[in-house]
Amino acid sequence: MAGAPGAELLDGASTILGLEPDSMLAALRLWPRELALELFSAMARLRAFDERAVILQRQGRLGTYPTYFGEEGLQAASVLALDSRDWLFPTYRQAALVTLRGCPPLVPMLLWSGHPGGWHDVMRYRVAPICVPVATNLPHAVGAAWGSRYRGGDWVALGYGGDGATSEGDFHEACNLAAVVRAPVIFLISNNQWAISTPVSRQTRVTRLAEKASAYGMPGVRVDAFDVFACYQAVREAAERARAGGGPTLIEAIGYRLGPHGTADQPSLYRPVELDRLWEPMEPLRRTQLALVRAGLATEEELDRIRADCAEELRAVGAALEQVPPVPIEEIAATVHGSTPWGLLPDGLREPSWKLVEHR
Amino acid sequence: MSVVEEAGLNLVEAITRGLGQVLEEDPDSLLLGEDIGANGGVFRATQGLQARFGPDRVVDTPLCESGFIGAAIGMSLVGLHPIVEVQFDAFVYPAFEQLVSQAARFRWRTRGQYGLHLVVRIPYGGGTRAPELHSDSPETLFSHMPGLRVVVPSSPVSAGELLLAAVSCGDPVVFLEPKRMYRRGRQEVPARFQPGDLERAAVVRAGQDLTVVAYGAMVEVALEAADRLQGEGASVRVLDLRSIYPLDRDSLLAAAHETGRVLVVHEAPRHCGVGAEIAALLQEEAADVLLAPTLRVTGMDMPFPLMQNEDDALPSAERVLAAARLMLDY
Repeated sequence: MAGAPGAELLDGASTILGLEPDSMLAALRLWPRELALELFSAMARLRAFDERAVILQRQGRLGTYPTYFGEEGLQAASVLALDSRDWLFPTYRQAALVTLRGCPPLVPMLLWSGHPGGWHDVMRYRVAPICVPVATNLPHAVGAAWGSRYRGGDWVALGYGGDGATSEGDFHEACNLAAVVRAPVIFLISNNQWAISTPVSRQTRVTRLAEKASAYGMPGVRVDAFDVFACYQAVREAAERARAGGGPTLIEAIGYRLGPHGTADQPSLYRPVELDRLWEPMEPLRRTQLALVRAGLATEEELDRIRADCAEELRAVGAALEQVPPVPIEEIAATVHGSTPWGLLPDGLREPSWKLVEHR
Repeated sequence: MSVVEEAGLNLVEAITRGLGQVLEEDPDSLLLGEDIGANGGVFRATQGLQARFGPDRVVDTPLCESGFIGAAIGMSLVGLHPIVEVQFDAFVYPAFEQLVSQAARFRWRTRGQYGLHLVVRIPYGGGTRAPELHSDSPETLFSHMPGLRVVVPSSPVSAGELLLAAVSCGDPVVFLEPKRMYRRGRQEVPARFQPGDLERAAVVRAGQDLTVVAYGAMVEVALEAADRLQGEGASVRVLDLRSIYPLDRDSLLAAAHETGRVLVVHEAPRHCGVGAEIAALLQEEAADVLLAPTLRVTGMDMPFPLMQNEDDALPSAERVLAAARLMLDY
């Protein structure tokens, strides 16, 4: 590890990351078995989706796909720590988490296949459409949370971002605005240390992203992104504070992007494979499984079964993908505006009032 | 018939009245912007509204156009109807992404299921002797990006009617207020505005020989030119577009059929401007009835000049007259 470029990232993180699943055990012994298994199952569902999506992409049935391999614990924890009335504002890397709110996995899979059926029902699941330019979703989360305060509602909002997103202007504007209006919002920053090829050291001179919170006058919290239980706790506490009128929280979940940025990315071009190997033991689904077994909350076989069931469900989704008929472009164009379906104008002459005279 | 209760509001007062009416009628509506509270906005468009409706409904935001327009999108998602004020035309550019990449695409991203109640009010245009980046005309930028409506009133009455329509249409609306018209003349307005038609241009002057198409502050310029052409024996129609997107194609084609000559006037630069779109439309669908080519009298393809030269760039009645004469003599 010494001397490997980027190895200092691991050093920086090691203050809160336990490298062995045993580090999760002390807290886990106090957890209700049901909730612990629910978290594991949610992670397994996300993992199964991700694995199936990569396969389908390799088969040419999806377009470029941004894998979230390694982020399952953080995503699952964030959804389960909140209530169904709370609003989620995902980026492209959290496109599948709507399945944890009851949306069939076929829907986000269709999105990556380029089918408009991939747009989920925003109001039903209270999950906003994914935002592709990073950090652009964060002001939306602030507005939804602000709306909760305005309406006297009791919902909170959570916006996702990565370490790269913290360099964007919208991150700053969202954090500042949220703090000023005390919006009940949670900024969940997945610091996986890489924005495609750019290491976090090239994003900011601050080594702890959570420190940025102090500039806005809000609490900043650091948590191990590979510890699903710690993530759950952090989001839960932030949500409780928000609901009680305590305003926004910035959570920095420290992890590592275990996979590539997406299916078109080749990390060996910019980061040493040895560094990836150092982080491999943190792979959160296996780590959580080991922790659950060692804590005596489940057996290997039970957990393997959950994973196998999820994989089976997603295999069926791959097959179903082919059965969804394409949507005519006229139908899609009619969804742009509330009334007049513009965007449908044909090339050239629509109903010409004049006829081309025979010149030749 | 609407009862005229009070005579004489100018355009900015009509906006204030319209906003007050919306806040009164719709408890989900609220105003966001910079200095719009106690200060009443830099143009006083929100004067007195915070005192009437409180600081939770007329909100002074930090200086963050992208942040508060983005937040307005989130508010709209949870059922609120935010109306946002951007201080000056060019100040909306930091929020361009939120408008074109986010707000504009929301309905499309929900397969047409859900609209976005969001109105972004922007005082725009030149003629006020303002510093750089206080005089832009950005309508083409927003009308080129599918999903937004672009609306431009030209008078106190149209300002109130179009504002009421904008807040209830369910599409995100870029509402461009011609700032040089804010205090240019008064008009009798109803005590309560009825929502206008967002998809219809208005014939503000009848005529048979030529149509001048204009919007915003250029309507006044067009009317002056039309009056002077009357003295030369030409009967000139003036069509106030009111909506830049969608364009009222029927009214434009009717102008071509009924007057045979269509001249377009706008402050924005000529290249890829609204005039180009109208000329192309007429070429495609009315070429046989046109008695003259469609000419454009527009701003220049350069940054809007500093104040000493702004009259060189702004279309004037003289420039409209010159173009109209060319067309009438064609």
